[in-house]
Amino acid sequence: MDWEWISSNTGEIGGLLGDHIYLAIVPIVAGLVVALVVGALGVRFPRLYPPIVALSSTFYTIPSLALFVIMPGLISTQILDPINVIIALTIYSASLLVRNVMDGLRATSPEVRQSALSMGYTPIRQLWEIDLPIAMPLVFAGLRVATVANISMVSVGALIGVGGLGELFTQGFQRRFYTPLLVGLVLSVLLALLADALLVLLQRWLTPWARLVR
Amino acid sequence: MIEFESVTKRYDDGTVAVDGLSLVAANGEITVLVGPSGCGKTTSLRMINRTIDVTSGTISVDGQDIASTDAVTLRRNIGYVIQHAGLFPHRTIVDNIATVPHLLGWDKKRSKGVALELMERVGLSTALATRYPAQLSGGQQQRVGVARALAADPPMLLMDEPFSAVDPVVRESLQDEFLRLQQELGKTIVFVTHDIDEAIKLGDQVAVMQVGGTLAQFAPPAELLSKPANDFVAGFIGRDRGYRGLSFVGAEGLPVHERSTVAVGASEDDVRQATGDDDHVLVLDTERHPVGWLPVNGQADISPERLLALGTTFTPAQTLRAALDGALASPTGEAVCVDGDGRFVGVVSHGEIAEHLQTAGRQAG
Ligand SMILES: Nc1ncnc2c1ncn2[C@@H]1O[C@H](COP(=O)(O)OP(=O)(O)OP(=O)(O)O)[C@@H](O)[C@H]1O
Ligand SMILES: [Mg+2]
Repeated sequence: MDWEWISSNTGEIGGLLGDHIYLAIVPIVAGLVVALVVGALGVRFPRLYPPIVALSSTFYTIPSLALFVIMPGLISTQILDPINVIIALTIYSASLLVRNVMDGLRATSPEVRQSALSMGYTPIRQLWEIDLPIAMPLVFAGLRVATVANISMVSVGALIGVGGLGELFTQGFQRRFYTPLLVGLVLSVLLALLADALLVLLQRWLTPWARLVR
Repeated sequence: MIEFESVTKRYDDGTVAVDGLSLVAANGEITVLVGPSGCGKTTSLRMINRTIDVTSGTISVDGQDIASTDAVTLRRNIGYVIQHAGLFPHRTIVDNIATVPHLLGWDKKRSKGVALELMERVGLSTALATRYPAQLSGGQQQRVGVARALAADPPMLLMDEPFSAVDPVVRESLQDEFLRLQQELGKTIVFVTHDIDEAIKLGDQVAVMQVGGTLAQFAPPAELLSKPANDFVAGFIGRDRGYRGLSFVGAEGLPVHERSTVAVGASEDDVRQATGDDDHVLVLDTERHPVGWLPVNGQADISPERLLALGTTFTPAQTLRAALDGALASPTGEAVCVDGDGRFVGVVSHGEIAEHLQTAGRQAG
C-alpha cells in the first residue's frame, strides 16, 4: 500500500468518487420515476401488467457491459459519453423497481381500498395518498438493491472509459500497481454501505408505521 | 330517509344478489339488515353509497334519486364503517379519523380538534391519537372506524358488520356504547349483521333477508319475535325466541304481592314475629329500600354479614326479562319489585312469572 500515492492523488480520487456517485444516483432517481409511472399504469390497467413484467425481466438479463456498448448505436451518442451509462443503468433500475412498485401498489388491503372508496376518495387521490405510501416499504426494498447494484455496475463503466472509481481498477491493472485498485475497491464498498444506510434512515423517517405492521 | 324501490342487483356473472328489495330506512332510526351469509346485505348497503351500481329499481336519499347525484359527494356525506375497520395503516389515529374532513379541505386545526373530540366520544383515550392502527386492539380499531365515519358529521351512517370481528365481551360493550351514542346523535343508520341477537338489540326496524336477495320480513324487533312472517323468519330467529321475546313484554302485569319484611336494626323478636314459617326475610332500610335477604332457620341474628345479596331488582316499567333475571338470581326464587325511587313494592316468584307468561301467551293467541 503506497500511502504517498494516495496523498498526492486525493484530488483525482475525489473527482472519480464524485463521478461515481453521480453516475450511480442519477439513474436511480430517473429509474424510480419511470418505474412509478409505468408501475402505476400496470396496476391501473391490468392488461399492461404481463407485458411490463416480461419486458422488465428481459432488460434485466442483458449483461451491463453489452448494454453500455450497444447504447451508443441505439441513441447515436459517442461511445465514451457518460450518458450511455446513465441511460443503461436507468433501464436496469427501472426494470428492477417496477416489479416492487407494482407489488407495493397492490399491497393495499381490500378493506382499506373499500373504505377509501366509500369515504369519497377519487382514484388519483387514492393512488397518491393511500396506495403509494403503503407501497413505500416495498419500493424502498427495491431501491436498496438497485442502489447497491448500480454502485457496482458503474465500476464496469470504466471499461468503456466513463470515469468513476472503476478507473482506479483499470489503472491498477494496467500498471501492475495495486494501491489504486485497493483504494477503488475500499471506496466503492464504503459508498455502497453508506448509501444503503442512508436509504434505511430515509425509510424509517418516511414510513415510521411500517415496522409496526406484520 | 333512505328508500329502496324494487331494487335488484344482478352481478356480471349472473348472480342475483338482491331481488326486488323495497324498504324505507327512516330518519334518526337504526334499520338493521339481517340474514344468512350471501343473502345480499353487503350488496344492498353498498348500493346506497354507489360503490355498487343498481341493476334496476331506484334508491333515493331524502327523496332524491342517488343515480342523479355525484357519487364522490354522496359518499363524503354518508359515514361508512366496515368489519375490520379498514383503517389506513400509514396514518396516525387522529389522521385516520380526520379523513373525510381532509378530503373536504377543512383546515388542519379544525379537523384535528374534531378528531380528538370524537375519540373521547367513542371512548378512546386521546393519548392514542398519535399511534398507528397496528398499535391498537381490534376493539379500539373498531371505535376509530366509528369515529372516522362520524368525523364530518354526516346525517347518515352505513355499517357493515362493524362489531363481528371482536370477541363477545368487547362486542357487547361496543354495542351498548353505540346505542348510547346514537341516542345523542340520532343519525339515520343502516346496519348490516348476520347475528339475529345483534339485530334485535340494536334495530328500531329489522329487515330479515333470505338467500336470493329477497326481503322476508320488515318489522320492529318485538313484532318479528311475536309474529314471524313465515317459517324462514321463525327458523332464523331460533328456538329460544321465547326467552328473547321476554325483552319486549312489560313487567307491569305481573302479580306482585306482599311478603315478610323487617327493618334494618330490628330486634330478634321482631324478626321472629315477621318471619313466621318462612325461612328467609327481606330486610329494608329506613327508606324502605331493599337491602338483602336474611336466612332465618332458627336464628334471628340480623348482623349485616349474615345478609344474602339481593340480586337485581326490577320496576314495573321494565320487562319480563328483567323480572325473570331477578328471580333466577335470588336465593328464594323471588324477584324483588321496587318503584321508581327504589322503594319496596312486593315480590314475584319465577313460578308466578312463568304462569303469567302462559296466560299472557294464550291471550295473545
Ligand atoms: N362482485 C361480485 N360478483 C359476483 N357475485 C357477487 C359479487 N359480490 C357478491 N356476489 C354474490 O352476491 C351474493 C350476495 O353477496 P353479499 O356480499 O351482498 O352477501 P352478504 O349478505 O353480505 O353475505 P355475508 O354475510 O357473507 O357478508 C352472494 O351470492 C355473493 O357470492
Ligand atoms: Mg357482507
